[in-house]
Amino acid sequence: MQALKQFVRKPMGVIGAVMLLVVLLIAVFAPRLAPYDPQERVQVTPDDILAPPDAEHLLGRDDAGKDVLSQLIYGARVSLIVGFTASFMSMFIGTTVGLVAGYYGGRIGNGLMRLVDFLMVIPDLPLMLVIIAVMGRGLLNIILVIGLLGWTYTARLVRSQTLSIKERQFVLRARSIGAGGARIILRHILPQVLPLIIAQAVLDISVSILAESSLAFLGLGDPTLISWGMMLNFAFERAISRQAWWFLLPPGFAIVWISLSLILIGNTLDEIVNPRLRTHHLFDARRMVALAVGESAGRRVSEGGQDGPFGCA
Amino acid sequence: MERRDYLVRKLFFAFTTLVVVAVFNFLLFRILPGDPVRLIIHSPRMTREAQERIRATFGLDKPVWFDGERFQEGDILGAFDSQFTAYVRNLLRGDLGVSFATRQDVSELLAERAWRTVVLVLGGDVIAIFLGMTIGLIAAWRRGTPLDTGILLFGLFSWALPTFFLGIILLILARGHLPTGGMVTAGLKPEAGLLYWADVGEHLILPTITMGIVYTGEYILIMRSGVMEVLAEDYILTAKAKGLSTFRTLRDHALKNAMLPMVTMIALTFGYTVGGAIQVETVFSWPGIGRLMYEAVQKRDYPVLQGSFLLLAVSVVLANLLADLLYSVLDPRVKAE
Amino acid sequence: MALLDVRNLSVDYLTDEGAALHAVENVGFHLEEGGSLGIVGESGCGKTTVMMALLRLLPEEGRIVNGQVIFGGRDLLQYSEAEMRQVRWREMSMVFQGAMNALNPVRTVESQIVESLRLHITHDLRVARERTGELLELVGIPAQRGRQYPHQFSGGMRQRAIIAMALACAPSILIADEPTTALDVMIQAQILELLEHLQAELDLSLIMVTHDLGMVAETCDDVLVMYGGMVVEYASSDVVFNSPQHPYTQRLMEAFPDVEEPGSTLASIPGNPPRLDDLPPGCRFEPRCECQWREAICAQKTPPLVEVEPNHRVACHFARQRPGHVKGRIG
Repeated sequence: MQALKQFVRKPMGVIGAVMLLVVLLIAVFAPRLAPYDPQERVQVTPDDILAPPDAEHLLGRDDAGKDVLSQLIYGARVSLIVGFTASFMSMFIGTTVGLVAGYYGGRIGNGLMRLVDFLMVIPDLPLMLVIIAVMGRGLLNIILVIGLLGWTYTARLVRSQTLSIKERQFVLRARSIGAGGARIILRHILPQVLPLIIAQAVLDISVSILAESSLAFLGLGDPTLISWGMMLNFAFERAISRQAWWFLLPPGFAIVWISLSLILIGNTLDEIVNPRLRTHHLFDARRMVALAVGESAGRRVSEGGQDGPFGCA
Repeated sequence: MERRDYLVRKLFFAFTTLVVVAVFNFLLFRILPGDPVRLIIHSPRMTREAQERIRATFGLDKPVWFDGERFQEGDILGAFDSQFTAYVRNLLRGDLGVSFATRQDVSELLAERAWRTVVLVLGGDVIAIFLGMTIGLIAAWRRGTPLDTGILLFGLFSWALPTFFLGIILLILARGHLPTGGMVTAGLKPEAGLLYWADVGEHLILPTITMGIVYTGEYILIMRSGVMEVLAEDYILTAKAKGLSTFRTLRDHALKNAMLPMVTMIALTFGYTVGGAIQVETVFSWPGIGRLMYEAVQKRDYPVLQGSFLLLAVSVVLANLLADLLYSVLDPRVKAE
Repeated sequence: MALLDVRNLSVDYLTDEGAALHAVENVGFHLEEGGSLGIVGESGCGKTTVMMALLRLLPEEGRIVNGQVIFGGRDLLQYSEAEMRQVRWREMSMVFQGAMNALNPVRTVESQIVESLRLHITHDLRVARERTGELLELVGIPAQRGRQYPHQFSGGMRQRAIIAMALACAPSILIADEPTTALDVMIQAQILELLEHLQAELDLSLIMVTHDLGMVAETCDDVLVMYGGMVVEYASSDVVFNSPQHPYTQRLMEAFPDVEEPGSTLASIPGNPPRLDDLPPGCRFEPRCECQWREAICAQKTPPLVEVEPNHRVACHFARQRPGHVKGRIG
């Protein structure tokens, strides 16, 4: 796809992709990379609690005496799983709602959009917090809550795109030969909307990951798993007074790393898919007059690409 | 578009949303399996009086929605004597129940702490709006330059940075220089007047800065987008053709047009802002509603949780309504015919 | 001395890769005080680019690579941006093409006209407001409607308000770029009448850019015909309409329906205008030219603009040999 070619040209996107790749590799090869198994029970002495980094524990130990680095490595898995799953769910719901609301319009469309408006107004974190507090902590619950609440923005986006696409020629043609709604949506409209959806999905994954880490930090993470947010929860509760930076900082930086990678990719994709105005009227106009020096009047200026007094690139 | 119609529509929407939130709040704590309220009722920590009080307030001995039996007996009014009606009745009276942990009235608790969250959110948001809009404007104007790229990166970075983590970092950095927790130094009382408030102010610095940085980043991105669109419009070219300087064009034409969508966006992201307040209050132990929610989660203090959620949701709905009102006043296209 | 004298104006557009597209080459014309010039040609022939270049309002990728724009004895191309800001609107103003959004939708019409007055003429708010009222009345808009917003004006009214704004500082030259496109016929006529009326009353020099020949025939003294970024014919309106010498102009006149001869077919010129990245090395019209004198030299060498008779310039190798064209025959 030509979009890929465009992507490779943008440094921000490439950096993001590399960053993401690093995390993916770490997550996949976690058992190989982690020096210790975080699930394993360890015999600890009081000295081991919040021990600073040394040769055997590159990032020191946490409040239970366990190796921080290993937890950090395995934490990548949780973030990625939650991020991708929850995001997939919300993108799926959002796209479906958007397509239906946009294509069919009328009362269904309006009704769906009212629902979207409701959900958008209610504040996210308090709502998620309250639901999990009541339903109980667990990976599935977290994924459900994030996925079932995060689709509204996508729905709006897809709906407005659908509205404009549905008036286009090829759609009208399909309708005139009697193609049914679902068929039209799936075969004609969806492909057009897909690039937009993909760009949005990437950003959505980062939002999901951040949501999970916030919930985990506030004490609502899955107690059977180690996620970066949970590490920060423990670190904050128990390590902050001891200034145990090796436990406090790495999980946070890890979260920033993965979110940033996704955001860079997503932003770049967004720029490609949505070519927002590349220029506007208030640029520096000093280069506008680029008169050739020494050219006699009436003669055409030589081919472009030449350096010199014109300032042409 | 008629302004009156617009406002009526928005009011109606706000009202229905509030109703939905209230109903949802009720459902959450009653219908879900493992009804937490019932579990707590039987907790040995509860005194008899507290149990009775809770039972009465929540009407736990009554059916949830509707009493079929009493209806059949002809007792129409009595049929509606259910948990739900009790809930609505209490809600309208401002009775949000009683904290499981402190046995204090939830409404009292909220009222006590609300202003602290307001101060924090307002402080951080106002700074963020002002900075975000200015820097966003500059970035859009200087589109394509290294300055713009730098600003864009800052915005994207602050988006990737979890609010609570920024708080933690600032906490570590400021240790020894600024107070890092609580609202006021232990022992200081409001009676101490200015001394007290100055101390509060000192404790407010770090949390506000944290909020400020995160939301500045966000508003920068929004404003930058908006201004870029505005600057490509025809009337900007007209301004240029009239001989207006870049500065005056930005000030007299671009700014107002870019601010309109900004108002809407600030309202839309207010929910996110409130979420950030929860995180910041937790990290800095700032005793506002956010911190209250955090503690309520830990202590399984469901009435408090329910009450705070209601309060926050209502605030956000009202904030949106306010923004809609403001927008209708600012945008001349939404005027009385 | 002419009020405005443009010589050898050439404008390039830079592509993303840095190549230069020669959008306009060697365009020249002059404008007398109180005179009116019509610039005609197909879409994309460069007429708007020339106008934007005069006021230095080209888009970011535009470069003026050659020429002189002599106005009031000085070459505008030598002016700094700050000096241009004094010239814009005050000396020369422009009504842009298709500019339904040329007025800021969140400010009153009045405030925007007042703005130009306070920038160039007077600081006094009251004086500016009064003058704005007069200007609006001049274009047929009741003064008190100035307090309204652009969306409350009809399309025609908006265009008239824009004209009023363009005339606020009493410039010597008004450039009207397709002033009536997207307006319905009745309004078109009104706007044209207005322009003529204003021209007479304010002793205004007018440059009208359009592809509507009828408009030009009615209002312009001289006509500049452009094709593919270059001038192909430049003469008085009379001459261009009745005895054009360039094959392109001749075809244009053919395509121009004659109300007096109903029943004649509506002719159009087959083919497409040249692409800027694929310009013919010789005469730019050559690929579409059906003239009987067409020869090899046409495709090899760009014909210079030559004065075939006093005040009649044509850019064709065979201009002098061609007898004056009478409508109905190409020759």
